[in-house]
Amino acid sequence: MNTASKALSIALLAGFFFAGPGKAESTQFGDLKVETPWARASIGTARPAAAYMTIRNGGSATDQLVGVESPVSGMAEIHKVKTKDGVVSMSPAGPLPIGPGETVALAPGGLHVMLMKLRQPLEKGARFPLTLTFERAGKVTVDVPIHGVGAIAPEK
Amino acid sequence: MIRRRFLLGVAGLAGLLAATLFAGWWQVDGPGARTPRLSIAGGPPPLAQAEMTLTDHEGRRTSPASWVGRPTLLFFGFTYCPDVCPTTLSDITGWLEALGGEARDINVAFVTVDPERDTAEAMADYVDMFHPAIVGYTGAPDEIRKTADFFGAFYKKVETESGYMMNHTATVFLFDAAGNFRSTIDYHEAREIAVPKIRKVL
Repeated sequence: MNTASKALSIALLAGFFFAGPGKAESTQFGDLKVETPWARASIGTARPAAAYMTIRNGGSATDQLVGVESPVSGMAEIHKVKTKDGVVSMSPAGPLPIGPGETVALAPGGLHVMLMKLRQPLEKGARFPLTLTFERAGKVTVDVPIHGVGAIAPEK
Repeated sequence: MIRRRFLLGVAGLAGLLAATLFAGWWQVDGPGARTPRLSIAGGPPPLAQAEMTLTDHEGRRTSPASWVGRPTLLFFGFTYCPDVCPTTLSDITGWLEALGGEARDINVAFVTVDPERDTAEAMADYVDMFHPAIVGYTGAPDEIRKTADFFGAFYKKVETESGYMMNHTATVFLFDAAGNFRSTIDYHEAREIAVPKIRKVL
């Protein structure tokens, strides 16, 4: 094995560990639990990016996700994708109610956090903070790992 | 006893396999096959009749008529779309990987419905992130309109607080090597259904 290929294998191996088998992350917050937040890498800053997660309400009262914000984005909103007769459209979802015992999934093709006016590119392997504001529970900040542009699920 | 359990296991697996195959047949060719929701009855006309001129992501001027001779998978979208389009491109990348060498001759055409922002360079930045077979196409706004109309695809600009978004047909269109329309794949259709549909045009 020559030096170049040895260096390459070490780089690949290091990449494997750093990109590595991430743990399923969750943040417990009062009655709410925010699980496996993740985002797709962006291409530059001109195009909006999307972030996803699952929110569980283990309490006995309905709570609502009323706002999202992040230092990486000048404007963040919860958006919903609808498909009708093969045509997809996207629009702000408004406050997102989560009933007692309910789980709401923000996932590709459905609900997502739309991060507009990006202040910096979202680079694969990096992380950024995202603050969620709930009507009852208040604010919680989760740390969001960035996966590839083509990711369709949080990488395990 | 062990042998009996083993036989039961084998029978169970065989049953599962048969059920999976049956479900696949049902949804692809059988009575469960979804009628594509096409705005043109019977689907788009043969590709050979397409007269519009588009520019691919490497800056070459071309026409959908040039796709004839190889099977074609066509879809519409735009690169400022954060959710649906990367998901579709990712799904298509997965289908192509599942087909491997079988799909080496297929044209995979991604036509933008947002020519204002999606220049050839913008398309290049975007498609480079996905399967190498995917070719991005843009063009003059009237050529894009003619292209969408030809295929019966819908798109509409929607103003938003931060700019605009595009509502658009997310259906994937499949053509055989002769350029005749064969079928569609719905947005978010399962790989088990999509891959056999593509295989039928190869």
